[in-house]
Amino acid sequence: MKLFEYKAKELMRRYGIPVPEGFVVSSPDQIDHLPGPVMVKAQVLIGGRGKAGGIKPADTVEEARKVASAILGMDIRGYTTKEVLVEKRIAVDREIYLGVTVDRSRKSVLIMASAAGGVDIESVPEDKVLMAHLDPLIGYQPYIGRRVAKAVGLAGPQAAQMESICHRLCELVTKEDAELAEINPLVVTEDGEVIAGDGKVTIDSDALFRHKEYQELKEDLTPLEEKAKKLDIAFVQLDGNIGVIANGAGLTMATLDSLNVFNGRAGVFLDLGGTDDPEKVKQAMLLMEEADPKVILVNIFGGITKCDTVAAGLLEAMGEKSIEAPIIARIKGVNEEHARDMLKNAGIIPASGLSEAAELAAKESLR
Amino acid sequence: MAVIVDEDTRLVVQGITGYQGTYHSKAMMDFGTDVVAGVTPGKGGQEVHGVPVFDTVEEAVERTGANASCVFVPAPFTKGAVLEAIDAGIGTVVTVTEHVPVHDAIHFVAVARAKGVVLIGPNCPGLASPGLAKIGILPNKIFKKGDVGVVSRSGTLTYEIVNAMTEDGLGQSTCVGIGGDRVPGMGFVDALKLFQEDDETNRIVLVGEIGGTAEEEAAEFITENITKPVVAYIAGRTAPPGKRMGHAGAIIARGRGTAGSKIKALEAAGVKVAPLPTDVPGLVRA
Repeated sequence: MKLFEYKAKELMRRYGIPVPEGFVVSSPDQIDHLPGPVMVKAQVLIGGRGKAGGIKPADTVEEARKVASAILGMDIRGYTTKEVLVEKRIAVDREIYLGVTVDRSRKSVLIMASAAGGVDIESVPEDKVLMAHLDPLIGYQPYIGRRVAKAVGLAGPQAAQMESICHRLCELVTKEDAELAEINPLVVTEDGEVIAGDGKVTIDSDALFRHKEYQELKEDLTPLEEKAKKLDIAFVQLDGNIGVIANGAGLTMATLDSLNVFNGRAGVFLDLGGTDDPEKVKQAMLLMEEADPKVILVNIFGGITKCDTVAAGLLEAMGEKSIEAPIIARIKGVNEEHARDMLKNAGIIPASGLSEAAELAAKESLR
Repeated sequence: MAVIVDEDTRLVVQGITGYQGTYHSKAMMDFGTDVVAGVTPGKGGQEVHGVPVFDTVEEAVERTGANASCVFVPAPFTKGAVLEAIDAGIGTVVTVTEHVPVHDAIHFVAVARAKGVVLIGPNCPGLASPGLAKIGILPNKIFKKGDVGVVSRSGTLTYEIVNAMTEDGLGQSTCVGIGGDRVPGMGFVDALKLFQEDDETNRIVLVGEIGGTAEEEAAEFITENITKPVVAYIAGRTAPPGKRMGHAGAIIARGRGTAGSKIKALEAAGVKVAPLPTDVPGLVRA
């Protein structure tokens, strides 16, 4: 779950990382004082704000209101700006990159730092980026921060500030269950202070049970994806016209791929997970109907999942709402014969194997 | 011999009194696993399917000689349960639980590694050695004893592929589901190493998916260390970038972790990559 810049900076401030003075508003008339010359920054969860005109300077309250009213409501790469951060302008001497993230292949927390800050870190050559892994059994230690400071070319009091920021950012990542905390740029001001120019934090959604304060925050989901999340169904909207319901993430992806072999394109990825609860299956089917695909492909491999209870859920949904799209079902596993009979009687097209099902669905979708 | 689970496995089920724990304990016993104990704090003294329940893993180990554990406890308590098993001297821990916070996983994966404990999961279906034993939730009926070692990041997709192999007369030595999380204990490389050393495994099937670089690392390892033939299937060829496809780990982030990159790496390592899951048995035979 991504946090807005102002939320990320609030968090950083709480952990003792210097951030510019500022406040967030959702309407221009909420601006009634300035901490000095400011930048007015669109709060959207996407990069490239500056280039899109979402970051503008202002020197007076009047100017700030004018700029804010231009930015509020602005569409930035598909995201509507609902809030702006009004933040004290800082005099930049140097821009550094500092990020703390989870390295999947090394199974540890990773600090990334570069003297080339202010640009997308992906575009910086690898030899210009320091990668410092934290051994989970050792954790953050001051020598790691000293290594980071040296790598980005800081010395003296600035190196000490850098070390402190590194320490606090690692602390934030572990204590707040963040997958990513990034400061880009981390600014060295003309006065020699080291301060966060921007802030990005992504919280691990699996850890929300111990962070109640983030549970209210909205994620970047379509309305249907939002609904699915409440039902604990993995649901992703894609750009094809075939709705796929399967059980298990791998099998659902494999079903999408199989469609592609026959020139079919999936419009919905719906992973039921390990459930055979008819109520959940019914809700999933109703959700699928709302997504309005041209064809629906159901692919269930019931190792443990009982096929007949899945079928019962599908039928319940069809009883509640007439579904116009043709439904192709391939159901295999515990009680499969019974399930197949139930579905056949309801006008669902049966298929025996995965590729046959994919071929049938693809054909229907191209009709 | 098979890998990790065999006739010497003495299993304790952590969370045995919950619905999943109770159901799968029975299924594991039916498969042939020696389930010797269960653990649920506060429920010591009870029995589940005739298996004694203890309050702590330590007690279960002392009283029953348990040497492997299967963890079914809810995600908020998983870290504590895994560490308890490791601390009690359990040598193999299979963690089925899904939605474990990634920082918890980083911690207990590192502890397991430091203590020399074989940790599989979290968010995994477990593993099965047909004819001997299984730990986890893989369905009993799909397996057949044979010489193919299977390692996979997926659950139902693995069942689909194993079932297709079994129907085609191809049996398995051991099937390991390492799970779809971002930070898993056992990885492809660990499992490949075990299969290479295992006398009963002559061929290997690897089932991967988008996200991370585990398949690329496996390809590198295969080039240097594996002499047995390997067939692979990679799920998510058509998955768009930036979307989490059901599994926590199944996401193409910043252009990395695409199916294309994985397939290319595996093919360069001499692995035959199946276009459809149902093509796997044919390629294993070829």
